[in-house]
Amino acid sequence: MDTQEEVIVYARPDSLTKTNTHYCPGCTHGVAHHLIAEVIDEMGLRERTIGVASVGCSVFAYNYMNFDFVQAPHGRAPAMATGVKRVFPDKVVLTYQGDGDLASIGMAEIVHAAARGENISVFFLNNANYGMTGGQMAPTTLPGQKTTSSPNGRDVETQGYPIRASELLATLDGASYVVRRSLHDPKNIRLAKKAIRTAFEVQLRGLGFSMVELLSTCPTNWEMTPQNSLKWLEEHMIPYYPLGDYKVNPAVAEIKG
Amino acid sequence: MTRELWKGNNAIAEAAVRAGCAAYFGYPITPQTELLEYMSARMPQLGRAFVQAESELAAINMVYGAACTGTRVMSSSSSPGVSLMMEGVSYIAGTEIPAVLVDVMRGGPGLGNIAPAQSDYNQIVHGGGHGDYNLIVLAPSSVQESVDLTVLAFDLAEKYRSICVVLLDGSIGQMMEPAEMPPFQPLRTEYPDWAVTGAKDRERRFLSSIYLDPPQEEAANLRMLRRWQEVQANEIRYKTYYMEDAKFAVIGFGSSGRVALTAVRAARAEGIPVGLLRPITLNPFPEKVVEDLAKQVEGILVVEMNSGQMLEDIRRIAKGAAPVEFFARLGGIVPLPDEVLDEIRRLAKGPLTLEGHPRDRWLARMGTLN
Repeated sequence: MDTQEEVIVYARPDSLTKTNTHYCPGCTHGVAHHLIAEVIDEMGLRERTIGVASVGCSVFAYNYMNFDFVQAPHGRAPAMATGVKRVFPDKVVLTYQGDGDLASIGMAEIVHAAARGENISVFFLNNANYGMTGGQMAPTTLPGQKTTSSPNGRDVETQGYPIRASELLATLDGASYVVRRSLHDPKNIRLAKKAIRTAFEVQLRGLGFSMVELLSTCPTNWEMTPQNSLKWLEEHMIPYYPLGDYKVNPAVAEIKG
Repeated sequence: MTRELWKGNNAIAEAAVRAGCAAYFGYPITPQTELLEYMSARMPQLGRAFVQAESELAAINMVYGAACTGTRVMSSSSSPGVSLMMEGVSYIAGTEIPAVLVDVMRGGPGLGNIAPAQSDYNQIVHGGGHGDYNLIVLAPSSVQESVDLTVLAFDLAEKYRSICVVLLDGSIGQMMEPAEMPPFQPLRTEYPDWAVTGAKDRERRFLSSIYLDPPQEEAANLRMLRRWQEVQANEIRYKTYYMEDAKFAVIGFGSSGRVALTAVRAARAEGIPVGLLRPITLNPFPEKVVEDLAKQVEGILVVEMNSGQMLEDIRRIAKGAAPVEFFARLGGIVPLPDEVLDEIRRLAKGPLTLEGHPRDRWLARMGTLN
């Protein structure tokens, strides 16, 4: 009988701790964590990175990331990151925020961090609802989408329209790199990883504010199987939140090239 | 060093710079704005961090982030802005990290006005944010004392991993007085063993106020409380004037205490045996001093620029050992020495009572004032 030699083709990044996940089965937070950790490993940034966790399902991001972390009040991660970065301009500072955190309660903080050209990297998980509190309507909830606080579907007449954060932030001169990617299939996951890398490159070169929006799933609160939720993301979220580069400073274009 | 003429707000800013403040985050609000303006020029000049934030909410959370690095950091504001900061104050307290906050109080509630007041006493001394925590609170009554207490604030904040508030009213922030600046302290180059600085050659660290497991939160609460007992044991500060042979005592902090001192001196000139207690730490409060004083004197007059917020503490501590009377001006009005002198005369003349509430008697007298 032949013995086959085992070859590691895929390992846990050093930047991820050996901790069991608390995320629901099929949730894309784990994918996003993994991508960020892989990039930090590949770029050799682990020992100089300080993360800022937000409030929402990713409140425990610091449990999984094997580097220094602080935990912000709801929505205030960009302000807290500003405080860290201004004291330590040579460290790599990231925030990891959900859509309720970034696009609702923290809208002022994210807009002004971008407007100041704050030299931080923001990873923005958009899953169109408040996951941690059990699936309420978020600023990103699609028109007609049912949530526990829009039980008849989001009625734009009374509950307004979703906010496209990337498009909004891209209008600001301080924002250097603002893109939207998706985590619904392997091809898009690879594209997301490239964008995460570019965001860190932007920060390392001192080019200012960078944000990667990652369209994500929430199978539990969407009441779908993981597979169906990936499909729902593709069929419903991407038409409303088109993937693409919304702001690429000419200096950033050189990095990408 | 020579004494120079300094405006209160500017003096506090320069004192903070000299105390080694490496980062300042703030938002314009009268009567504190000069502090922010001073820092906007001074901090970049020294290569230090300055950000004019989009709101007080953002400013205090920038302070929170910077404080996590273990560096000396501060913000300043005035009453309505401080209300907005209460979220960050609670989080910083819950994370057990040091920061300095200056509150230059103005008339309220609501938008109120921009004139001097002391009506943030309860918010700062007895809480304001959610959860169990204590802030160290220092109350200066002059520009020089503002300078000295600002330097002390950084030391105490660091020593006890706590927020230290310098609490003054708008008149001290706005007035000019001679003051001597402290020597320049070097910026820190080493960081405490709890600070987030990047996990180089050590285990990762994280700073948070979250303890999802209730027994852990209880342990954190107890740890903070035991640390607070240390503060209570070591850091109480106050000043007494003419108390040795006093049969009557006035108690007032900050500008009220300063105005009362003028009145006490005038009363002494009239032969009234009255003294003054001016608490400098409002938290921890000089409780033992008040307790002893209540046993010594025949009557106490509390003077404040609020509706009797410290008065309730004095009544609680005095436990009826001496009758307490109250005088205040509200809404941004600073009491005049003559008004306080009249109150001292009333106190000395009697009759005094332990019945009723001193606030009610004062309010009845205010009816004839206005």
